[in-house]
Amino acid sequence: MSAFAALVRRDVALATRRGGEAALTLGFFVITIALFPFGVGPDPELLGRIAAGIIWVTALLAAIVSLDRLFRQDLEDGSLDLLALSPMPLELVVLAKCLAHWLVTGLPVTLLAPVMGMMLQLEADAYIPLIIGLALGTPALSLVGAIGASLVLGARRGGALIGLLVLPLYIPVLIFGISAVEAALAGLPVLPHILIEGAVLVVSLPLAAFAGAGALRLAMD
Amino acid sequence: MDPDSSNPALIAQSLSCERGGRHLFAGLDFALAPGDALVLRGPNASGKSSLLRVLAGLLEPTEGQVLWHGKDTRKDPADWRRSLAFLGHGTALKPQFSVRDNLGFWSRFEQARRTPAEALEAVGLSHLADLPASMLSAGQQRRLALARLAARPGGCWLMDEPTVTLDAASVEQLSTMIARHRAEGGIAILATHEDLAVENAAVLTLGVRS
Repeated sequence: MSAFAALVRRDVALATRRGGEAALTLGFFVITIALFPFGVGPDPELLGRIAAGIIWVTALLAAIVSLDRLFRQDLEDGSLDLLALSPMPLELVVLAKCLAHWLVTGLPVTLLAPVMGMMLQLEADAYIPLIIGLALGTPALSLVGAIGASLVLGARRGGALIGLLVLPLYIPVLIFGISAVEAALAGLPVLPHILIEGAVLVVSLPLAAFAGAGALRLAMD
Repeated sequence: MDPDSSNPALIAQSLSCERGGRHLFAGLDFALAPGDALVLRGPNASGKSSLLRVLAGLLEPTEGQVLWHGKDTRKDPADWRRSLAFLGHGTALKPQFSVRDNLGFWSRFEQARRTPAEALEAVGLSHLADLPASMLSAGQQRRLALARLAARPGGCWLMDEPTVTLDAASVEQLSTMIARHRAEGGIAILATHEDLAVENAAVLTLGVRS
């Protein structure tokens, strides 16, 4: 098995152990969405109109819940030194950790989104663009989040800082995810919005790899 | 430390390191051939850990270079990293994983030559393989970290205070492990305060500079 696959497998195993981030993130996603009917009232028409927005914004927040632990534990127990000294480039180490983060946060959120949509009376036409948008958008959230997580490693209270740093960078992912749903509901073509969401993902891949690896090198110095 | 070694594998050339405006060491030269060992001594803050991190490639030297089989380890690190096994202050263990899974991950990730079972045997932890790492004592965790090195014989071991938290029997075991590694053509560089028996080792003493 390649080093890349070994690292992805380890991080997924760590996150899905008892007390790991996976259950925490999913619990956060479901409970936060379940709060909205209490907050804005059970009017199905109103909920249906804002459902896609609720699901998307909650997905952004769920992505940052476990970001602080993405590199910090490895830095503290000395694993990061060993990851950096492997023949595999540090850029690929960052991508492996992003993939593992997405597998335990973004992917389950994407799979649960239709259920949440039903709970919030989301209109039938909106499901497919919502799910495709999340499938393309949530990996970008993990990638951009990794840049933030690596940058705050030097700070003592990194957890709160990550949100401030990363949430503004999530705005493009949110805008094009929502616009795909809006287009579907208005009977307009969805594809352009989905393509732009895909482009955001493609751009964030090298960005996360190089910026993340650079920040990790600084943190280990 | 013999610059006339017939076939040095690892060469340090005029290494200097400066941290936070403080000169830790300057103009260090040494050459190590397969089977050689170098023991770094010196008081706290004399730069032993920094020297190990510079050699590994985790820290950039202010001056000088490190050559592995003639190749600059910063410009062309692939061969060096394949041969290098580093033991820092951290044990790089995940408390949630069992002893076997902890070592298994690093063996797969570092493409180790020996199996985890053989490496655990070398540090005497075979009987605890299924225990979660969180249940190990500090000394046992250190031995598990050493097992990661035992899985990768023949290259260069860089060890920062490997004897910390080890009992007398384990220190002896470590001596045997290092001797076996050197007999197989490996190089060992270790920073230690303790009297770890390393036969025919060169000693490099670092001093505290202002």
